[in-house]
Amino acid sequence: MADVGIIGVGTTQFRPETREKLFKELMYEAAYRAYLEAGVDPRRDIDAFITASEDLWEGLAIFDEYVPDQLGGVLKPVFTVGGDGIHGLIHGYMLIKTGRFDVVAVEAHSKASEIENIKKVVRFALDPIYLRPVIEDVDVLAGLEMAASLGCYGIDMDTVNEVILKNHFNGSFNSAPYAQNLDENSFETPEYLAEPLRALDVAQYVDGGVVIVLASKEYISREGLEPVWIEGVGWATQGGRFERFLDMPGEGLAAAARMAYDMAGVSRPRRYFDLAEVDDRFSFREPVSLIALGLASGDVNLDYADRIFDMDGELPVNVSGGFLANGYPLEAGGLMKLVYAARQIWGEAGPNQLDDVEKALVATRREIPSTTYGVVVLSG
Amino acid sequence: MKMNIYRKNRVACVGAGLTLFRRRLMETSDELMWLAARQALDEAGLTIEDIDCIIFGTAPDNFDGIHMQSEALADGAGAVNKPYTRVYVGGGTGVFSVIAGWWHVASGLCDRVLVIAEEKMSHVQPHPQYLFHHIFDPVTEKPLGVNLIWIFALEMHRYMYKYGIKKEDIALVSVKNKRNALDHPSAQVAAKITVEDVLNSEVLVWPVQRLDISPVSDGAGALVLVSESEAKKLTDEPIWIDGVGWSLDTMYWTNRDLAFPVYLYYAGKMAYEMAGIENPRKEIDFAEVYDPFDYKELHHMEGLQLARKGEAPILTREGVTERDGDLPINPSGGLLGVGNPIAAAGIMKVAEVYWQLRGMAGKRQVKKDVVTGLAQAWGDLMQVGTVVVMRR
Repeated sequence: MADVGIIGVGTTQFRPETREKLFKELMYEAAYRAYLEAGVDPRRDIDAFITASEDLWEGLAIFDEYVPDQLGGVLKPVFTVGGDGIHGLIHGYMLIKTGRFDVVAVEAHSKASEIENIKKVVRFALDPIYLRPVIEDVDVLAGLEMAASLGCYGIDMDTVNEVILKNHFNGSFNSAPYAQNLDENSFETPEYLAEPLRALDVAQYVDGGVVIVLASKEYISREGLEPVWIEGVGWATQGGRFERFLDMPGEGLAAAARMAYDMAGVSRPRRYFDLAEVDDRFSFREPVSLIALGLASGDVNLDYADRIFDMDGELPVNVSGGFLANGYPLEAGGLMKLVYAARQIWGEAGPNQLDDVEKALVATRREIPSTTYGVVVLSG
Repeated sequence: MKMNIYRKNRVACVGAGLTLFRRRLMETSDELMWLAARQALDEAGLTIEDIDCIIFGTAPDNFDGIHMQSEALADGAGAVNKPYTRVYVGGGTGVFSVIAGWWHVASGLCDRVLVIAEEKMSHVQPHPQYLFHHIFDPVTEKPLGVNLIWIFALEMHRYMYKYGIKKEDIALVSVKNKRNALDHPSAQVAAKITVEDVLNSEVLVWPVQRLDISPVSDGAGALVLVSESEAKKLTDEPIWIDGVGWSLDTMYWTNRDLAFPVYLYYAGKMAYEMAGIENPRKEIDFAEVYDPFDYKELHHMEGLQLARKGEAPILTREGVTERDGDLPINPSGGLLGVGNPIAAAGIMKVAEVYWQLRGMAGKRQVKKDVVTGLAQAWGDLMQVGTVVVMRR
């Protein structure tokens, strides 16, 4: 048995726009649902609250100021991680492992629709001397990463197309807001954003909030709960220079995976997991992730051709429809995938529910140009 | 002395580093981080290859003019294919990043952790106050054109009114800390000044005057934290982190009584419980409390139960908080003397506690024998308290 488990999850709907709600209301709604599911009163039961965001996504400075009230965390330990929600979850995991904290809430959200020009905000993440002056449109970065990834790992365009078809297909059963009815013909006249990157390779932004409640095994045992256990966590940053990252995209993910697998005792990942939810912010990142995570065989193209990663395949990947079909909710991306994996383990995933999901893997990377990854190994 | 009731894995500090604090340093943010980290690692006898995890602290994202700042500064932190994250709680971040370092080790996930905090405020033109405009609620506060000095003036006024405190007594803090900083090699605004100098300095927003405030600064600080087994390999004199605490109050600061920092009371209570401290006034030998304004040193002493409500100015007047007093406060010179590169200033405070407990503070060494020290920071909208208790 692991030391830390997930005892409740709550989300809002994920929608391209939520004009009627402030980000605080998204947070409140997700928190309310998660606390209800976990059976906790935040004022009484939760020892610490973690949010994951960055000031510029919010249009505010020192964003952590804005979080305690709607989470029920006033006058309690609260802080913000400048990272994906998965990194927030990892910090929550560590807090509980210290023995000082029993129950921790982790929150992340996206109000991307409120950002007037999100590409400009993303461009603001580029080095102001070496990169920003030469990169007008951040799609160019994704195009460069795609070219580097395909070259590094020998990934075929047919494989990339399979990712897009598979994830949109999966999402169509999962009420995914961006799921489209695509087929091979959809790629015949591609709309290039920055060749080889096409419009269909890119996940669209989406609004939504997620809250996860974590608890110690002592608390879980005392309350008689049925959690999803966190068997292992890993995280790593590949480095601070995107141009150097292009030499070997995904190297940081392999480092994060090694850490998580060591912790969980996973020696043969491809056989170990029943399900994986991995980064598909851009289509090509899914096969790159599968290679770095050790989930692909020697030839990832063959794996896709053999439909290994389909919903009814040997190792279903992004059964939720991934970011490509559900949208990319900025720093809530990792937790969106984690909630889906947890629901699969609980047998509550709806139309896409698979049989006997016991072990699941969640792996994400932050928005471009980030090189920071997070990996979580879950079990029922 | 009671022991830490939550001591599952004990955490030690074995090295600290600090750059110069200046209004405008020519080094880049990466370079400042590298300088501080190099010093801390050298002091610990380690290299970056020995480090398992890295924690980065900075208050707002925007001083460097880069979105997702931690990503851009990963190289300066030595975070290449290593676990690395940024945590923040506004001005409380410096001490909080050390708390994050504590849980990386105390959780058993990491054995050797590097904590770095950096702030390069000089990038903001013409003045960082323009950036702080964006910390206020965009609907209810920002349209008023409010800035930080205004709200701190409200808090200072309320504190003075509630306990009948005179400006002269508050000014003594600025005089003491700037004098203490004369012995600090990183200090930016160390000076021999008098109470009259403070009272005659430019009025910014009454009752706040120019010499009541710490300066705008660039700088970085770093610490190396390790597990108990690693500490025993590295040094005969580890300094233990025996208590940590933090608490965040509502962002609606207008609804609170500003005379007493209740959030800090809770943060201190959490740290004291963990360290087994029942009477902080007797069991804490010295403290580095957050002093971006002179009244805040007094305010925070009371929130930390190092003085009763309204008593801190009396202790200061009586010399209790001097370096050779019974309860030395800010022997480093604090933010008022050393400078205030926000998150780095918090690390500076923890570093000072570490150096004092190891007897490495040189001319700044407090007179009394010290076993237990405390570092504290404060931030957000007068909203967060972060506390670390250390022992030798």
